[in-house]
Amino acid sequence: MLLQNGIPTTEDLETRIPPKERLAKGPVVMIECFQEIPCNPCNTACKQGAIQEFKDINDKPEIDYDNCTGCGLCVSKCPGLAIFIIDETYSDKEATVSLPYEFLPLPKEGQEVDLLDRGGNKVSQGKVVKIRNGKYEDRTPVITVAVPKELSMVVRNIRVGGDGK
Amino acid sequence: MRKTEIAVIGGGPAGLMAALAAAEMGAEVTLVDKNNNLGGQLVKQTHMFFGSEKEHASTRGIDIGKLLAKEAQNHSKIKIMNNSEVIGYYPDDGVIGIEVEEEKFVKLKADKIIIATGASEKFLPFVNNDLPGIYGAGAVQTLMNEHGVVPGNDVLMVGAGNIGLIVSYQLMQAGVNVKAIIDAAPKIGGYLVHASKVARLGVPILTSYSVKAAYPNQITKALERASIWKVDQNWQPIPGTEKVLKVDVLCISVGLSPLAELLWQAGCNMKYVPQLGGHVPTRTNDLETSVTGIYVAGDVAGVEEASSAMIEGRLAGLNAAKSLGYDNGTYEEKHQEALNQLHDLRSGPVGEKIREGISQLVS
Ligand SMILES: Cc1cc2nc3c(=O)[nH]c(=O)nc-3n(C[C@H](O)[C@H](O)[C@H](O)COP(=O)(O)OP(=O)(O)OC[C@H]3O[C@@H](n4cnc5c(N)ncnc54)[C@H](O)[C@@H]3O)c2cc1C
Ligand code: SF4
Ligand code: SF4
Repeated sequence: MLLQNGIPTTEDLETRIPPKERLAKGPVVMIECFQEIPCNPCNTACKQGAIQEFKDINDKPEIDYDNCTGCGLCVSKCPGLAIFIIDETYSDKEATVSLPYEFLPLPKEGQEVDLLDRGGNKVSQGKVVKIRNGKYEDRTPVITVAVPKELSMVVRNIRVGGDGK
Repeated sequence: MRKTEIAVIGGGPAGLMAALAAAEMGAEVTLVDKNNNLGGQLVKQTHMFFGSEKEHASTRGIDIGKLLAKEAQNHSKIKIMNNSEVIGYYPDDGVIGIEVEEEKFVKLKADKIIIATGASEKFLPFVNNDLPGIYGAGAVQTLMNEHGVVPGNDVLMVGAGNIGLIVSYQLMQAGVNVKAIIDAAPKIGGYLVHASKVARLGVPILTSYSVKAAYPNQITKALERASIWKVDQNWQPIPGTEKVLKVDVLCISVGLSPLAELLWQAGCNMKYVPQLGGHVPTRTNDLETSVTGIYVAGDVAGVEEASSAMIEGRLAGLNAAKSLGYDNGTYEEKHQEALNQLHDLRSGPVGEKIREGISQLVS
């Protein structure tokens, strides 16, 4: 239960998973922000108008999935590290997940890393496809990893130099 | 004796904004802080901040602190006294007593005073809570983020409020293993996005758990193990639910209480308001206390957040300057804007506690 252990349940997530049709078209945002808190940088970060204007700073982000290009510019701007980009069109068997990762050492592109779920448990392994770590990201690098397609809604963290646990 | 128009005591986000706002209106300000660096709690915050973009959300706390400190240092109307601790206020003649660099005693007389001294950490009673290895969360942050020293290898974090969650995350970033985060409350008190962030690292969060005791290593006498147990709805421990964790650090983060000594000395009307962390002064909407000419802002007025501390600081600074007749023509607009921003920040469900608290204080 989210309120007891910080891990969202399937029901929590259902409200946040992008529509199937949109997922079939390419990379799209998934925002795992479930609580009304006084925070709005995601809205200001999105230049496509996909994250709708907050009427009240406590609003939860509302997403217009058709406007989202999956550009990922919002990922590193969320202080809750709650924003992910999912691309289910990456290949036949694989999807990619782009996630904020503030740990050292950073993986290298092409490196095999452990794939972790929302509870930090290892669920698989996958290759790092891309790393964005420029001035814009401002010390919140965005890592894109390839994951087995059926785990696109499961993998939300990575471990570098994993101990195989 | 030194003289100044407005003395601001405390150079955290609240004090810095107060000094800047008052100086902008044209008043001459002296900003006093006991630390070497300005910025208060912000100096230790390596994470991105919440709040509104206007209040620098999504910028790291430490960078916000530096930004404001630089602005204050460069302002010709602001005189900064650092390494200067205010140790007394003498209400009879309205003089502030300051110890400078632990050796000199300086008296400062100000027409208006803004108190922005922040808050201090609460501690927790349990068996052996004085063993080496048991720290407050603030001490752990200072060690890591200011001095670059890790406190140990395995940590039990007590308290799942924002501070406990964030410090756990920072410990993990520093390569320290957080074995568990426990909280006696049945629900996580901090923002759920912070909780999810640490959960994703594999750190278990156990609600309805409390510390039973800490145990020393026989040779070093430092912390070696800690036992925790479940508590029921009435916060009573349930025997038989004990778990023992092997940890060399126990970090306590069970809340802050306002550092209100100077307000007591000044004779401000104080009230115990648990929602705001302890004893806090009654005040007007414009943050003036029951003692004319003494204003409050930030955590000392009620433990809250940096974003609200900054706006309160600005509001107190504007009003103190205005009461001395300073107005560069923008007072009305800025005053209204600050009130609106505070209202917006506190309007949501997580602001409910603060709203309840403040409603007991505003006259
Ligand atoms: C781990 C952690 C994470 C946080 N994360 C966030 C966040 O994401 N977003 C957010 O908005 N807020 C956050 N906060 C809260 C925020 O840091 C505080 O609410 C804010 O710093 C309060 O500002 P302040 O100016 O009232 O007090 P402080 O920052 O505590 O500053 C008080 C200053 O007064 C000085 N002082 C005290 N007594 C004296 C004296 N007698 N004489 C001279 N000087 C004195 C101190 O040296 C200090 O510099 C966090 C806090 C912590 C600890
Ligand atoms: S991925 Fe790009 S377009 Fe989509 S919400 Fe984020 S910033 Fe907006
Ligand atoms: S920036 Fe992140 S935490 Fe803040 S409202 Fe947006 S998604 Fe939620």
